[in-house]
Amino acid sequence: MTTIKRAKGFWLSISLSLIFFAVVQVLIGGGSLNPFYQNTLMFIGINIILAASLHLIIGITGQFSIGHAGFLAVGAYASAVMTMKLEMPFALALIVGGLVAALAGLIIGIPSLRLKGDYLAIATLGFGEIVRILLLNIDYVGGASGMQVSHLTTWPWVFASIIVTLIVIRNFTSSTHGRACISIREDETAADSMGINTTYYKVVAFAIGAFFAGIAGGLYAHNFYIIQPSNFGFLKSFDILILVVLGGLGSLSGAVLAAILLTVVTTFLQDYPETRMIIYSLVLIVMMIYRPQGLMGTKEITSMFKRKGGSSHENKNTAA
Amino acid sequence: MKKKKLAGAFLSLTLAAGVLAGCSGSGSSEKSSGDGDTIKIGVNLELSGGVASYGQSIAEGLELATAEINKEGIDGKKIKLIKVDNKSEASEATSGAIKLTSQDQVAAIVGAATSTNSIAQVQIAQDNKVPVISPSGTSPEITFSKDKLNDYIFRTSFIDPFQGTVAANFATKEIKAKSAAIYIDSSSDYSKGLAAAFKEQFEKNGGKIVAEEAYIAKDTDFRSTLTRLKSAKPDFIFLPGYYEEAGLIVKQARETGLDVPFMGGDGWDSPKLVEIAGPKALNNTFITNHYSSGDPDEKIQNFVSAFKAKYKDKSPDAFNALGYDTGYFLADAIKRAGSADSEKIKEALEKTKDLELVTGTFTLDEKHNPIKSATILEFKEGKQVFNTKINP
Amino acid sequence: MELIQQLINGVSLGSIYALIALGYTMVYGIVKLINFAHGDVFMVGSFVGFYSITVLDLSFVPALLISMTVCALFGVLIERIAYKPLRNATRIAALITAIGVSLLIEYGFIYVRGAQPEAYPNDVLPTDKFNIFGVSINSQSILIFGVAVVLMIILQIIVHKTKIGKAMRAVSFDADAAKLMGINVDNTISATFAIGSALAGAAGVIFGIYYIKIEPLMGVLPGLKAFVAAVLGGIGIIPGAMVGGLLLGVIEALVSAAGYSLWRDAVAFVVLILILIFMPQGLFGKNKKEKV
Repeated sequence: MTTIKRAKGFWLSISLSLIFFAVVQVLIGGGSLNPFYQNTLMFIGINIILAASLHLIIGITGQFSIGHAGFLAVGAYASAVMTMKLEMPFALALIVGGLVAALAGLIIGIPSLRLKGDYLAIATLGFGEIVRILLLNIDYVGGASGMQVSHLTTWPWVFASIIVTLIVIRNFTSSTHGRACISIREDETAADSMGINTTYYKVVAFAIGAFFAGIAGGLYAHNFYIIQPSNFGFLKSFDILILVVLGGLGSLSGAVLAAILLTVVTTFLQDYPETRMIIYSLVLIVMMIYRPQGLMGTKEITSMFKRKGGSSHENKNTAA
Repeated sequence: MKKKKLAGAFLSLTLAAGVLAGCSGSGSSEKSSGDGDTIKIGVNLELSGGVASYGQSIAEGLELATAEINKEGIDGKKIKLIKVDNKSEASEATSGAIKLTSQDQVAAIVGAATSTNSIAQVQIAQDNKVPVISPSGTSPEITFSKDKLNDYIFRTSFIDPFQGTVAANFATKEIKAKSAAIYIDSSSDYSKGLAAAFKEQFEKNGGKIVAEEAYIAKDTDFRSTLTRLKSAKPDFIFLPGYYEEAGLIVKQARETGLDVPFMGGDGWDSPKLVEIAGPKALNNTFITNHYSSGDPDEKIQNFVSAFKAKYKDKSPDAFNALGYDTGYFLADAIKRAGSADSEKIKEALEKTKDLELVTGTFTLDEKHNPIKSATILEFKEGKQVFNTKINP
Repeated sequence: MELIQQLINGVSLGSIYALIALGYTMVYGIVKLINFAHGDVFMVGSFVGFYSITVLDLSFVPALLISMTVCALFGVLIERIAYKPLRNATRIAALITAIGVSLLIEYGFIYVRGAQPEAYPNDVLPTDKFNIFGVSINSQSILIFGVAVVLMIILQIIVHKTKIGKAMRAVSFDADAAKLMGINVDNTISATFAIGSALAGAAGVIFGIYYIKIEPLMGVLPGLKAFVAAVLGGIGIIPGAMVGGLLLGVIEALVSAAGYSLWRDAVAFVVLILILIFMPQGLFGKNKKEKV
């Protein structure tokens, strides 16, 4: 009985999202969604993927990474090299971007075996900066002046990437692997002593998170005409981190919501350039003081109207 | 339960995005760039982020020009600036250009300060047929890339190679340098462009480049690299960068005992340069520039005093002057076009001829680059002294 | 000769890192918070010094003292408003707040006075050049190094010989137990922020005199580098921060000397990662076993 219900829910949401996709596609095709809104939509999409991918690393596995822009950069450059230099199709470029980023995730995942909390955070921040400086010094990709990229990112690509990212991360989280990751977040030593291969799961989480960040990088590169290393400084990592934290650590729907909200807010604040960063930082501070668990805590949207109270452990705990 | 959550995740995504889609329907209500009494001009500048000081300087110059132009108006119409901040990032520059063209429907865009952020707008401008004027983007690629003219893109500054060539000839002929070192800002296309042109011309003149070093904008300690440069024993050092670092480099070079002549481009021009380096250290340094703020020319002095009156006695730098000129460059075109129509403004911009501005009298060439003369200035006890004027 | 010259270049650069790192290491030692705003306090200190010298027409020592005082107050203010409510919150919430405070100071400052740089007057302190065996030493580099060492010694005395220092060590060891022993934890933490921020202010003024150019975003990179220095020396250990800072300065100078100046910042972060992986307790730290 419940299986049927579940399946129903799944197909319902799939068809709803497909309807949404079709509606937007028609709006774009019909010209009633002007380029400004289209661009905002792409930006929201890319931010959703980024937030979801970082959610897996921080929210689920509890590994405090603030070098996510490094993965974004690796994916962006790898896919741009594929399309612009090697003249490969866009789909392949996206996947290669993801894979190269995943490789970078493996490389940074290894130090994470030994580091925790703030130390890991600062090491990943260092990693992000190293990636940026590396790109700055490679003339093949244009060095500091950046690389011009053709505009290939379209709504179907972004939408498909979001769907794949969310399904994979959602399913990973609720699988055995995901539960192992959550146990690492809650108490690594305990998880270790329960026979969970913490090393393995941490590296896997980093690699998967980095893979999707790489995909987002590919979409990002092909949406903005030009990429340059300075786009991927640690402020960009903070931007992504903030999405996850505002949404609530450990909540995928929270991360998605925060990505949508913050992107829209940022876009509106473009009209007040001088005050944008001030408002942005004030929101952060006030939010952390009065609602540090973020918009959603570790809850998902579903638990709000489906299970009153929910399972107790999910309500109390926060990551890190 | 899992699948239900999944369903919820999608539902939330769908709902939230649906709300957004809902908003967007009512979005494009404002139309037209020139109805009524105002002409909307987009400003896409680096108001925050790494090179915010350049963007803000241009904005100040531009606002001064706009205020002056609006006193009389252009055929009874006033210019209204709509500013967006590109946070010194190329992707934000693209977003900003999209917003200005499709949302605000501006007649033309001014920006961005750096070459990279200007290039980031090229495609948007071409697709939407809105003219863009980059006040200080000096890379040749902005207006002419892949053997093709980007016909909606213009600039107020001169391009990199010209200054580099002028500097190399000056080093060979006036300084009689046999060997030279190049010290560039590797984060700037401008600096690289100047250096490449300098190197080519200097070697053509029979000189030898003995060392090439680089720094990154916002660095503060150059002593180690300068110690290295010193041991290469060059006769002359070419330092094409911006005043913030150039001032520090010259100061630290003199402290390291590196006393050879230095030369830079228009990026050096700022009263801050003298404050940073100190008048003594700047002796025996030269720059190529659009203009000299100490030039007794009436046009320049009027600008300097108007600027000081508006901005609490601040002396204008090259970015201020270029921002100011961009305002007049555009106003002149709008006046000649006789309308605020983007297409007509673009055509008028192309026909700009002998326009007298603060940074020189210029005419556009077929690649949309202004043909302006360059001035070589020498620093003597912190004062810019006119050395020679070189015509293109 | 060139090598010795490069070592001297490195030590002067490292002294600045060391001064900032001293404050970093104290704050981290006591509240276990990476105070991202520390680099911005350094920036504020630099500007306060600048205005004291140019507008109030003061000389070096009074300007230094004013800047240290203002920064101490500013540091306490930041702690009371932004960090105190989060003392029992998760580490990530505290870190995000620190990032927020840092951005707020930077952009608030830009909003108030613009992003353009400012230049310290060239004549605040005499600049004499000594030439010893072909190596040129600037009198200012000696001063910077001297100030850093003196401040470190004062700090060491405060932490190890005074009552407040004892309280700091107690809070750092175990805040709850310290409270039970009758130590006012809030005041102790505020005092730590005050001292740390005063040091950042001093570093700001000295930076201004030595490097002349100051601007609102000047604190970001030195702040990060100083954190690297603090980790290098062993976080929470005062002489460690000093040695870490000097060492980082020398490493950077040598990298530039070898002709790789563009890789300088990357090398600093590589050092950080290597230290974190192979020697997380730092050069001077004691290895702590994790209790289950």
